[in-house]
Amino acid sequence: MTTQVQEPAIHVQGLEKSYKKLEVLRGVDFDVERGSIFALLGSNGAGKTTVVKILSTLLKADAGIASVNGFDVAAQAADVRASISLTGQFAAVDEILTGRENLVLVAQLRHLKDPDAIADDLIERFALIDAAARKVSTYSGGMCRRLDIAMSLIGNSQVIFLDEPTTGLDPEARIEVWQVVKELAKHGTTVLLTTQYLDEAEQLADRIGILHEGRIIVNGTLAELKDLLPPAKVEYVEKQPTPEEVFFAIVGDDDKDEARRRQ
Amino acid sequence: MTTHFFGDTAVLTGRSLRHITRSPDTIITTTIMPIAFMLLFVYVFGGAISSGSDSYVNYLLPGILLITIASGISYTAFRLFLDMKSGIFERFQSMPIARSSVLWAHVGTSLVANLVSVVVVVLVAVLMGFRSGAGVLAWLAVTGILLLFTLALTWLAVIPGLSAKSADGAIAFSYPLIFLPFISSAFVPTDTMPGPVRAFAEYQPVTAIVNAVSDLFTAQPVGTDIWIALAWCVGILIVAYVFAMITYRRRIS
Repeated sequence: MTTQVQEPAIHVQGLEKSYKKLEVLRGVDFDVERGSIFALLGSNGAGKTTVVKILSTLLKADAGIASVNGFDVAAQAADVRASISLTGQFAAVDEILTGRENLVLVAQLRHLKDPDAIADDLIERFALIDAAARKVSTYSGGMCRRLDIAMSLIGNSQVIFLDEPTTGLDPEARIEVWQVVKELAKHGTTVLLTTQYLDEAEQLADRIGILHEGRIIVNGTLAELKDLLPPAKVEYVEKQPTPEEVFFAIVGDDDKDEARRRQ
Repeated sequence: MTTHFFGDTAVLTGRSLRHITRSPDTIITTTIMPIAFMLLFVYVFGGAISSGSDSYVNYLLPGILLITIASGISYTAFRLFLDMKSGIFERFQSMPIARSSVLWAHVGTSLVANLVSVVVVVLVAVLMGFRSGAGVLAWLAVTGILLLFTLALTWLAVIPGLSAKSADGAIAFSYPLIFLPFISSAFVPTDTMPGPVRAFAEYQPVTAIVNAVSDLFTAQPVGTDIWIALAWCVGILIVAYVFAMITYRRRIS
């Protein structure tokens, strides 16, 4: 048991994957400590999704080692699947079912007791009470994503993969997702998230790995990454409001202002 | 993992059956074309066709039922394609479930949906004057053959469902299957067809199945046709299943 605790939640070493002639991963190495948030940062097509798919047993690597929760993704795929939850790049929800039915479905598939109670609890936590009985096809993008993440929390998996959780969301929904992710890590869940946005990695991650041309070129805490830059110079610049500040100033959503201050 | 196979398949079948009850148009569009063919052939062409049977609708129905199934299974390909595209297929595959239950749920749904469609078409045929002297056993045998035919074609439908690039591509494969009964004994006896067409018509699977179902409906001894029909269904089933599994493994590796 003690060795398990020492072991990283995710261990990746020399991971390689090609699609026909296109080399996507050329030897990716990184570890993710238990209960921490690791952000895989990279541009479109850098191979972030490929890494997530290999770790969630949806894709087989050509070479290298990958283990999740101490289980090898190739040899012990079933054990890996019992340890993880995946939130893919696009909200993987059933649009014809209601929000509630989606949650119950996942709880049933995870063979949990009392799927209805689990659904009720998540509906409340994710502020979906009014929408729970509606077909998901009527939901906004942000609501879909919230439901999607709620579905991933069912069964309290030890490791959660979030593949670009905020891509395509409006600023308000984005901050909501961030709060959920922080909440998760507080409860000891290990989170691997991929993102194209440096500010998202900065907001959420304990460690950041930059994936570029099939390799992790930098891996460290935000402070360590900043140290790699030339020392800061003192300059006087007019501070422009961020797009989010402009958005909230216009929308004037008090709750969200408060939410931001709490962060 | 197989411990949960039946439970997981039941849960997922419940899910896709709900898709059908929420959009009953899938049943309507499945049955409308065979019913239209039936009306057209019985009331427009029927008078001019000498089928050697007293009632043309009696002669026609077995072929119409196969057309119903052929158009019904295209929805399996379509629903599977949507699951692949929406990412929910990947979500299920990354969960601790019996993985193959995702496909079996679609197959089970197809069996239920096609059975409902077939019943609807039979009821319309009864309104149009279809009568059968078949007993309970013969009806059970007809149901069995049609379910086996549905099962075989459904596994065939799984292949484009898993591999199609567009929704149109996913359902296009069913068009030739819908057309196949026309070049068989389903609408007219094969005797009047020119040589090569007749040879094709007599040795393709639809003819054997149509003849077997027809014999059962008219309460006649089924002869060897039923064995040929069963052999075709089982043969198609095995080949389709093997190719579906190859396609499936390619998609998840």
